[in-house]
Amino acid sequence: MNEVCFKNLDQKDPWSLKTYEASGGYSVWRKILKGELTPEQIIDELKTSGLRGRGGAGFPTGLKWSFMPRNANMQKYVVCNSDEGEPGTCKDRDILRFNPHSVIEGMAIGGFVMNATKGYNYIRGEFMEPFYRFEDALKEAYDAGLLGENIDGSSVSFDLYTHLGAGAYICGEETALLESLEGKKGQPRFKPPFPANIGLFGMPTTINNTESFASVPDILAKGGQWFADIGVANSGGCKLFSVTGHVNKPENFEVPMGLPFKDLLEMAGGIREGRTLKAVIPGGSSTPVLTAEVAMGMTMDYDGIEKAGSMLGAGSVIIMDDSTCMVEALTRLAHFYYDESCGQCTPCREGTGWLYRVLKRIMDGNGKADDIDLLMSVQDKIMGNTICALGDAAAMPVESFLRNFREEFEYYIEHGKSMVKG
Amino acid sequence: MISNKAKKQIDAWVAKYPEGHQSSAVMEALKIVQAENDNRLTSDTIQAVADYLAMPGIAAAEVATFYENYNHKPVGKHTIRFCHNISCMLNGSDELITHLENKLGVKTGEVTPDGLINVKKVECLGACVGAPMFQIGDQYYENLTADKIDEIVDGLK
Repeated sequence: MNEVCFKNLDQKDPWSLKTYEASGGYSVWRKILKGELTPEQIIDELKTSGLRGRGGAGFPTGLKWSFMPRNANMQKYVVCNSDEGEPGTCKDRDILRFNPHSVIEGMAIGGFVMNATKGYNYIRGEFMEPFYRFEDALKEAYDAGLLGENIDGSSVSFDLYTHLGAGAYICGEETALLESLEGKKGQPRFKPPFPANIGLFGMPTTINNTESFASVPDILAKGGQWFADIGVANSGGCKLFSVTGHVNKPENFEVPMGLPFKDLLEMAGGIREGRTLKAVIPGGSSTPVLTAEVAMGMTMDYDGIEKAGSMLGAGSVIIMDDSTCMVEALTRLAHFYYDESCGQCTPCREGTGWLYRVLKRIMDGNGKADDIDLLMSVQDKIMGNTICALGDAAAMPVESFLRNFREEFEYYIEHGKSMVKG
Repeated sequence: MISNKAKKQIDAWVAKYPEGHQSSAVMEALKIVQAENDNRLTSDTIQAVADYLAMPGIAAAEVATFYENYNHKPVGKHTIRFCHNISCMLNGSDELITHLENKLGVKTGEVTPDGLINVKKVECLGACVGAPMFQIGDQYYENLTADKIDEIVDGLK
């Protein structure tokens, strides 16, 4: 446990340059500055490591980095997505607060590999403590001569800046994030063109999640195979899981991929006394909800969670015990997507409103007999019909809640009150 | 309309972006100007920011109305941004929001008569392991209880 992003968590001032360097930090970056590592070697190690994008999509990081036209004669950018906002997710906040230098080193390495001399870390606007912590770390890194132009007399240059959001979940979508970095509304772009070709300010850009960047330095210091061996096939390494909801000790845990869910639940202190597990959302609010029975047999890796019928997402495990009214839980999530839809695509803009309003009327005791069919129809019409994944993210909870807990919705509609709470 | 101090702060953000891309600083510029104008924006202050960054007024207005962290109506000196999303809800945020409303004698969206505090229900603030939680200014307050809320609110001046 706590082998990579959280490895210094129990040290004094884990966020300081001193602590980071004492545990081998910036050793890979210094090798690069001395010309002892090539971009090809780094990409090979990352491919071996099995590191997949930790923001939710799970795209192999090494492969993503290889897509950048590194020899194109134009400014290129690396961007870190610290716009953490998926309900249930709070891991990147802790990386920024407690291990900011791993993100700086990871981004600098990415900059070298992709021949991008400038980077931005997009931090959500509410994360002021993490922002100040990251800014302090940046200053330490500049003062130590680790960033800037022709660093330490080498031909390597890398400048890194922070950018703050202003409250919009959609900016966690990578092309919306780029729009936002350009000072616009965060409305996603069509793909293609992909950011690797036309990204920030029209230049080739690669965007990775905070945890992905933070994992890179250790992978390169200890070897891709070392990281791969921590995890299981197709899910290399360890991963941060935010375990929240009805557990005794909600916490972020960095554990090997493939850990049985029931072990993770136990690490979080188990279900509150006198209660039993009812449902689990394994990867953040956008991923399908699972019943207790299915969840208890699941392992925490990409394939394991997919086999159980959901997705690993950002590793945000939301635990619900038998006191939870599933109609209320889904209504809250539906309100979130309704609130956060950017309004660009009609199926999402209108559909999320329909989903919320129909659920709200069920909760107000005014549900109609065909409301479940209506909800299913609306979510089906959003799914796959929008520019970005927010539409799917709004649809998937609805479909899975209705499939797994249909009787609670039927009861609410028939009796005008909750089957669980009365 | 924009103080010299604010202009300096805005300039520091502008310096982070390539030449000609000063409008990338609009989100922070709006926050800076909002902070020194009773924590809210008006069409005049939005236009002033747009002029300062040499961008169309409508482009700044789009940003000011798209993102959550800008206010267009009067707010209190302190805004309590209470998370009511799933992890906080499962840990009793609804009951605590009601407690806070009763304590202050105002509903979410209203400002206390002395102009000191308003409460806003917000979506996930990314501190779910510390649920229930709220934000005041730059600060997060986690693992809230009714007693803890009373203590924090009583300390606001």
